[in-house]
Order: sequence, then C-alpha cells, then structure tokens
Amino acid sequence: MRTNKNAGFFPGAQGLILEEPLIFELSVPGRTGYSIPEDDLPDLPESVMPSGNLMRDDIPGMPEVSEVDIVRHYTRLSTWNYSIDHGFYPLGSCTMKYNPKVNDRTVSLPGFANLHPLVPPKHAQGALRLMHELGEYLKEISGLDAITLQPSAGAQGELTGMLMIKAYHESRGDRDRSIVLIPDSAHGTNPASCTVAGFTTKTLTSGNDGCIDLEELQSQLNDHVAAIMLTNPNTLGIFEKNACRIARMVHDAGGLIYMDGANLNALMGIVKPGQLGADILHINLHKTFSTPHGGGGPGSGPVAVNAALEPFLPIPRVIRTDDTFAWDYDKPMSIGQMHNFYGNFGVLVRAYTYIRSMGAAGLREAAETAVINANYIRVKLREHYQIAYDRICMHECIFNDLNQQKFGVSTLDIAKRLMDYGFHPPTIYFPLIVKGALMIEPTETESIETIDQFIRAMIEIDRETKSQPDLLHQAPIRTKRKRLDETLAARNPILRWTPDLNFPSQPD
Amino acid sequence: MNYPADFRYSKDHEWFKMIDDSTGAIGITHYAQDQLGDVVFVELPEIGKKLEKNDVFGVVESVKAAVDCYMPLSGEIIAINELIEKQADILNSDPHGEGWMIKVRIDNPDEGSDLMDKAAYLAFLEELE
Repeated sequence: MRTNKNAGFFPGAQGLILEEPLIFELSVPGRTGYSIPEDDLPDLPESVMPSGNLMRDDIPGMPEVSEVDIVRHYTRLSTWNYSIDHGFYPLGSCTMKYNPKVNDRTVSLPGFANLHPLVPPKHAQGALRLMHELGEYLKEISGLDAITLQPSAGAQGELTGMLMIKAYHESRGDRDRSIVLIPDSAHGTNPASCTVAGFTTKTLTSGNDGCIDLEELQSQLNDHVAAIMLTNPNTLGIFEKNACRIARMVHDAGGLIYMDGANLNALMGIVKPGQLGADILHINLHKTFSTPHGGGGPGSGPVAVNAALEPFLPIPRVIRTDDTFAWDYDKPMSIGQMHNFYGNFGVLVRAYTYIRSMGAAGLREAAETAVINANYIRVKLREHYQIAYDRICMHECIFNDLNQQKFGVSTLDIAKRLMDYGFHPPTIYFPLIVKGALMIEPTETESIETIDQFIRAMIEIDRETKSQPDLLHQAPIRTKRKRLDETLAARNPILRWTPDLNFPSQPD
Repeated sequence: MNYPADFRYSKDHEWFKMIDDSTGAIGITHYAQDQLGDVVFVELPEIGKKLEKNDVFGVVESVKAAVDCYMPLSGEIIAINELIEKQADILNSDPHGEGWMIKVRIDNPDEGSDLMDKAAYLAFLEELE
C-alpha cells in the first residue's frame, strides 16, 4: 500500500511575501551603487567630441538606487515568479516537463558556451558533430529522412515547413495549390503560419469523436489543396485514429501532410510520425526534449522532412564526410536561411543531453508515463468535472465547466482558485471547440504524490463551487495580487511607466 | 435576450438584417458575445472591400479568445461601426443594436436562403446547450 506524506496539506500557503514597488519608484535622486575616483583627465578638445545633440550631462529617468536596493528588488521579484522548479505546472499543450539540470551543465562546458558562431568549422568540430548527431536522433524519432535545426520555435518551424511546401509544389509546376486545410482543434499558430507563407486556410470541422471527419475532409479536397496541417495527438488529447487514411486521401489529391509536433511527447519512441504519412514535422525541443520554455529561454523548432522535400530545407546544412563535419551552402533549391547562423545552439545542446541521458527506452517510457498520468487525472476527476470527449486520452485531458456552471462558477474561477492551492492553472478556454475548456497536461516528470495533491485541490474547488461560489469569484485570495481586472487591462493597457503615472490602488 | 424577428442568423452566430432592397447590416448575436465574454478588441474591414459569402470580414477578440466573423452573404462593405472600434464593450451590451459591425451592399439576397429565422436559430441554440 502506498502512503502519501503530502496527504495533509497543499503547497499554497501565506508565506513571507514582500511587497515591492517598481525600480523607478525606489529611486532617490543622487543615490548610487558605486564610488569611483574624480575624473582628473584634461577636457578633450571639442573637435574630437561628438556633436551637440549627442552630448548630455545626465540620463533622465534612470533609477538611482544603492547596490543592496537593487539586489533586494530583483530577489523579491523573483519570489513572485512561478516556474517548473517551484511546482506542478499542468499547462495543457505546453508540455511543461521538468528540465534536468544536467542539460545546463553540458551547455555550460566552455567548448560550447564560449564558441563564437564565426569560428571556422575546423575549430568547431565538436559543436557541428553534436548538431549532426542531434539531427540523426530526431530523424530516427520522427521516422523522416532529413532535418533542419534552424527554426527558433514551433511557429517558425511551421512557417519553414509551409515555405517548403510552397517551394515543393512550385518546383513541380503545380502553381494553383493555395489552400491549406486545418482542423478546428488546431493551435492558432497553424493558420497564422499558413497566412504568412501566402496560403489561404480552410477550417475542417471536427467530428463528434473529436477527430477529423473523413467525409468533411473528402469534400474539401481538390487540386487547389497544398497541404493539411495535422496535430497528432490533437489538442483534445486524442490520437487521430485515421491518420494513415487521412494521409492517403490528401496524398491522392496531390497535397502534403504537415504534422504539428507540439504533442510529440505522447508518441516519442512509440509511433514515428513519418510512418503515419507525415511529409513534414516540426518538433518543439522546448516541450518534448526538456529545454527551457516560455520566459525560461529561447525555444527551438527543428523541422524534419521526407526525401522529396529535402532539397528545400534551409541552408546551411551540416554535413559529415568520414569523421569531419562542415557547412553545406550549395543547395540551389533551398528556401534560404530562417535564422542567423545555425539556430538556438544552447537549446540544441540541452536537447542532445536529454536524449543521450534518457536513451531510446527512456524516451519511450517518458511518453508512456505522460499518457498514464493524464489518464489517471481524467479518471480521478471525471465524477467532479465533465470531460469534453470521454475516452482514453493521450498526454492531456480536457474538462469543461458545465457541472460548475449550474452554481455560477466558470472555468476562469476554477483556474484562479487553483493558484490559492499552490498550483499553476491549466490552459483554459482552449481548444476553442470545447466550451469552458480546462486543458490539463501533467507530463511524465510529476510524482503520484504531486498529482494526487492536484487532484485533491480540484475536488476541493468543486466542493467550494457548491458551498461558497462567491469565494471562487474572488479567487485568488492568497496570492500577492488578487483577482485582476483582465478586461480593463486588455482594453486600456498601460505598457510603460512614466513619472506622473497614477495607479489605482490595489484593494487588499 | 430578445432575438429580433426581422433578423436572419447564421450557424457561426452572425446576424443579418435587410435595411432596404440592396443593403443590410451584420453583427454577432447575443449568444456569440455571451460565449466570448468581455470583448476587448474588434477588427473591421476597409470600406469598399468586396467579400464573398463565408469570407472573414472581421475579428472579435475577448479575454477568452479571438474569433473570425464570416460574411453571411456576399457583398461590398459600405460602412463600418467605428464606435465599437473604440468601445468594444458595446458588442457585449447591445449586440443586436448599437453593436452592429458592418453594413454591406449585397450582390444577391437569395444567398441568404440558408440563414435561419428567429425560431430556427433559437432551436439551433437549444441544440448546442
């Protein structure tokens, strides 16, 4: 029998949370954090000084504070932050898995950390080898033939893919393919990337099972369709069971299959997207391969393709000849360069470290555990919260607020209240096809004790829905800042501090 | 909420009202604004633009989501509601009146034959619940 040491408490508590004004408001005229000797150099002749309007005596508006002021200021602000290193972060569709510290250790090795991007390849063989090997691993995982590591995020990967699709069709003289089909459950970046690449998008309405409706797909297929963008598992956390059939249908109509790999964490080591018929796949290293995410650092969205699309990959490509690595710019059909130099190299080193430290079996186990964790939450909470599409899910499960609506409590209230219990709220109101969606993705890195704690918090919130709905409308009540007026903030955003700015005081 | 009887309604929750034989007004329904929550931003097309039925004519952004608005029938944009560009909350408070979005010169009124009347739209909403 399993005993749970955490059974009695939640991580959220009233701690020593210090108030902190803006750095500008801490400023006292004349206060400094340094002491340097008087300037005893003779004045330079005016002829060598910059001309008048470039010269000034002081820098207006810069905060004047002491060293201890500034250290405390940023240290205090850092305690208001919340990250995966603080606690559970079930932000659906974002795969907020823990980022192992060994990733940061390898990227700090001087040979990687101090490498200048203009160093000649013969002096950067280790870095090039790492990029080549990472590419090989990602090709193996995706079941595709070639790869670029350049794109700096998923959405840039999508744009790279769409530009390659355009180049592919045009190279075949097939110039009338201007439409990309996108399911209504897709990430919003999909239609945006298509539009930026010059395509028009058509929305595919999902069927009652949350998957693509094959009849609807067939009715939209014609010789103007350039591609379909497919997310698998889709944003409902459901595996597109007809993926291979969809691929055949689109291929028969002359279109390509772009697979959004945002949810690759559910498939990694189990299913190769290439074998599902994907021609192009982007991979979010910052999701699936445990590199920092969101405010934590830049992302990386490598794009893998099959042999037919290889000539269009961005340049330069890292190539291997015997045991020597080099950059190949001689790819006349390439769409060009998508990123200065070679992509976000530090992220690539971390992802490489993750893959090497997990091994093939470890990656598969991560995917399996992520799926089991999501299903555990789905089953434990189904009595309390309605499930939008109640069936075995993949790496995330989607609830709605229909049970709680009867008591006047909405998804927003539930999410806000979770903060009082010490958890980052899940993704809410996405995917758009689920009314009042709560999209929970636990990932594989959470212990059963943490997940049980989260489940108990959710059950407690459901109980409060009936006993004290007003409390939920006010939540969060334990955080430094209480319920914010998001509507006012969106309608009248104040984006920059000015000396005469008067904030309405925050009610406590 | 009162759904006017002289409006016609689309499955995407736009309403259409004939002004005279060749022009009409378009907006989003009470149900649409209620689902979106507080509207914070509205994007409207340029006057003079010609759009086909089902083309996107605008975007409504709320604290929850940003959604496209679709033409219930083809036509040329002859007016936009500048008031809601400045005061988006009117879309919440009066979606069927002051919160109209665009006025159009329509090509072919028959294109509106697939739109629902009040009774059919209310039944459609019932189905969604």
